[in-house]
Amino acid sequence: MDMAQPEHVTAASTQPVLEVEDLRTVFLTDDGAVRAVDGVSFTVGPGETLGIVGESGSGKSVTALSLMRLLEEPARIIGGSVRFQGRDVLAMRPDELRGWRGDRAAMVFQDPMTGLNPVLRILRQVTEHMVSHGRQSPATARVRAVELLRRMGIAAPERAAASFPHQFSGGMRQRVMLAIGVANDPVLLIADEPTTALDVTIQAQILDLLRSLNEEFGTAIVLISHDLGVIGTVCRRVAVMYAGEIVEEAATEAVLTDPRHPYAWALVNAVPRLDSPAGARLTSIEGAPPNALDPPPGCRFAPRCPFKIARCDTDHPPLMEVAPGRRARCWVTADGRRLPAPPIPAQAAPRSAAPEERPLLEAEGLVKHFAVGRDGFFGASRIVHAVNGVDLRLRRGEALGIVGESGCGKSTLARLVTRLHEPTAGRIRFEGQDITHASPAEMRPLRPRMGMVFQDPYASLNPRMTVADALAEPLLAHRRAATRAEARERVLKLMATVGLKPEWASRFPHEFSGGQRQRISIARSLALQPDLVVADEPVSALDVNVQAQVLNLMLELRERLGLSYLFIAHDLAVVRAFCDRVAVMYLGRIVEQGPALDIFAQPLHPYTVALTSAVPEAGRERVILGGEPPSTLSLPTGCAFRGRCPVARPACEVPPPLAEIAPGRLVACHFPGSFSRPGHLS
Amino acid sequence: MLRYIATRLAAAVVMAVLASLVIFLISALVPGDPVLAQLGDIAASDPATVLEWRAKWGLDLPLWERYGIFLNGLAHGDLGISIATRRPVLEDIAQYAPATLELATVSFLLAIGVGIPLGIAAAVWRDSWVDSAARIVSLLGVSSPTFWLAFIMLAIFYGWLGWAPGPGRIDPIAFPPEGPTGLFLIDAALAGDWEGWHDAAAHLVLPAVVLAAATIGLITRTTRAAMLDSLGQDYVRVARAKGLRAQVIVLRHALPNALVPVVTLGGLAYANLLAGAVMTETVFSWPGLGRYTFRSAAALDFPAIIGITMVVSATYLLVNLAVDLSYAALDPRVRR
Repeated sequence: MDMAQPEHVTAASTQPVLEVEDLRTVFLTDDGAVRAVDGVSFTVGPGETLGIVGESGSGKSVTALSLMRLLEEPARIIGGSVRFQGRDVLAMRPDELRGWRGDRAAMVFQDPMTGLNPVLRILRQVTEHMVSHGRQSPATARVRAVELLRRMGIAAPERAAASFPHQFSGGMRQRVMLAIGVANDPVLLIADEPTTALDVTIQAQILDLLRSLNEEFGTAIVLISHDLGVIGTVCRRVAVMYAGEIVEEAATEAVLTDPRHPYAWALVNAVPRLDSPAGARLTSIEGAPPNALDPPPGCRFAPRCPFKIARCDTDHPPLMEVAPGRRARCWVTADGRRLPAPPIPAQAAPRSAAPEERPLLEAEGLVKHFAVGRDGFFGASRIVHAVNGVDLRLRRGEALGIVGESGCGKSTLARLVTRLHEPTAGRIRFEGQDITHASPAEMRPLRPRMGMVFQDPYASLNPRMTVADALAEPLLAHRRAATRAEARERVLKLMATVGLKPEWASRFPHEFSGGQRQRISIARSLALQPDLVVADEPVSALDVNVQAQVLNLMLELRERLGLSYLFIAHDLAVVRAFCDRVAVMYLGRIVEQGPALDIFAQPLHPYTVALTSAVPEAGRERVILGGEPPSTLSLPTGCAFRGRCPVARPACEVPPPLAEIAPGRLVACHFPGSFSRPGHLS
Repeated sequence: MLRYIATRLAAAVVMAVLASLVIFLISALVPGDPVLAQLGDIAASDPATVLEWRAKWGLDLPLWERYGIFLNGLAHGDLGISIATRRPVLEDIAQYAPATLELATVSFLLAIGVGIPLGIAAAVWRDSWVDSAARIVSLLGVSSPTFWLAFIMLAIFYGWLGWAPGPGRIDPIAFPPEGPTGLFLIDAALAGDWEGWHDAAAHLVLPAVVLAAATIGLITRTTRAAMLDSLGQDYVRVARAKGLRAQVIVLRHALPNALVPVVTLGGLAYANLLAGAVMTETVFSWPGLGRYTFRSAAALDFPAIIGITMVVSATYLLVNLAVDLSYAALDPRVRR
């Protein structure tokens, strides 16, 4: 079982690894059978890579679980067939299934933080199925486990094997999950959103690893993701799922450049790109996926389709060959025609916030440290250095983006400037008024002027309050409405502003979709007519199409109401689409700051270069940044980035100041611009 | 880890002393007077007798001085003299404690031995007949009043069926096993007296079941809930995707993660069984601490009550320490 010579290379390799035909999976609910997967067919050959893309609820994850027969009640496979190297998976007895799973076919799941058992050592979790499937003896399994961990890019694999999962970061855990997945040299690896929970530079590392597993060992890969860019970096072919069906299947490159199903078209065009024109609105389609209990008789996408013809409402289209090697489920493109490019959106007039005397928000030398317990009873208390000296100025009407990976301090910064946290050091001024150490009573009159939108629209709305009550609450609390009737009137106006129907006012949060809930959150943040809206990852929990809707809404509100935004996100393209200026944070400091378009067109700090090049977009040359950000418990000396920096030199032992090297462009690097990505897109 | 244990033990001593202070203050505040309880109405009507009696027991001293004397005694391993039995409290406790310790420990082992497997089975075969049976067992155990259950069990298994021996730790005409521990099962086994062992064991069955009933219910429900949570975790799905056998998934992957709340409950339950066997001990004429406590309280025998408090709080603190240490053993995230 040498790793260099996996056995399947010698196996009969003409037979497809996976043949799925007309797979149907339902969820049995009190209201009837919800058709989660409704007639899905595809084939994966030996060593092939297939991506499955779709928004949440499209059935892509259920498809993956169905393939492995890992579904749990109330889900049930009610039809179709799954053949693995000719064997009927759906007919396997429990013991056959057990012998096949984790051996010939393996699966890697989305969340590496919860996928590893917290009470078992890594070694055991990597070796147990090698031993239980009879592939290795306990002794050889141990050797192989360490070898696998090394191959997955884990430093000091022997020590890692003896550790417990909580001692690792998310990226490291996903490497362990991959080691577990490939431990028995599977013929097929199914990866369900393997990088969704990870930061962009770590995502790039894991995707690179997946690709190399496919190339080196010939493992066939089915990669499930909501992100076409992610699929594009690993998979040659992609199947686009909508409402339980595959609506388009083709080479990934073809779908990205020339989608033939209107839903794929919407998916491709809803995502902001780092090279899309400045200030453009995103293309979003209205509506929501159909009710899976009772899908429409015709094309399931017809109610939302911008291109629909008469036939679409009545006849359900089959998956038809629309061009050599590509299939789509669409009457419009059935004759081989292409879909038009999205309308060039009205380009917003370049916003030039006049340099005012007094910025709306100003911070100088902001520092926030958190004490987190002690090393033992008498030990020194440990300190998380969340924010380590940040200066920023936000002008009226401006949108400033803060980007960085998790743990870089961007959310803490948001909580500092809104004084949800009190800074350890530094100054904060809001309209010139020093609020650094303002008491809650002193902050109270200012609160209405700062709206906040949080990442999770599920968690930030009280499930027991109707929308009308949730929106009326701030109005009444701050005496902006004298009576309930007046508050209600204002609430209805607010709802109209963010595109919610007035008849929904008496609904509870769980009756809304994620995008609608985020609209409610935005409405709530706008209720008191704030000057500043601090949005912390407002769209990162949303599907791309909904993300486009919400971003467009926020852009529109900004123009209409003259809002200033502090916009915190990890998605660079989203920030670029939304913000005038961007600050890039690393380990609690701003390493680069400047106009959004300039920063992404020509990043000057090596970290910004790596960050922008790690974005999974087709045609983008990647710089895979090794390593992970150091711990915030003990900050490195000198430049915080030098440990990962490809161009670090001895001079970097002196911390570089954030210096203005061109008008409006600030970089904290001794050698700005000395590192640029290879195939730089012009 | 050693330092952690030492710190915890030191804290335990402080807690026990604080508990004794609280009891002392309560003893000064309660309206009852041990003089009246001990001497009876007639003797207590003679002021000279009362004064003499008070002086004899040191009750004429100020509270803080009595407390000082108590602490001094405590430091020398002396809990004072019981007003009711006129014997050293420590001796009394040493006499009654083994009976309770034996009963509580057997009950506890019964409770976890039945409750944990039943809870696991109920979670694994959720909504099956096993789950329903477990639900009924827990409901009956938790909701049956102890005295009622004790009488019913005695009436059925002793009075009617004659399967179980009557109240008491051992057959009244037999000699109790002699031995160093006072725990009959252990002493009899050490002496090789298997007839005596069998007798003691038979006498333990009914009180142990009665005492364990509520705890079985609690442990079953807690185990079931924790297992359901654990079985729904991603790592269990990963384990299934690895093709592991069901018993490995349940026992190796899900169970250790589910045990933390069960251990918390188990620790509390054990301490409760030790301290709270009054009802069961009374019905089964069990010569244990529960009955001793009851008698001492009725007699307003404060030295005995304080002595018992010290022993009970020490037990609680030790059990809690054991619980904390087992967290660290169960969950590496707790370890430093």
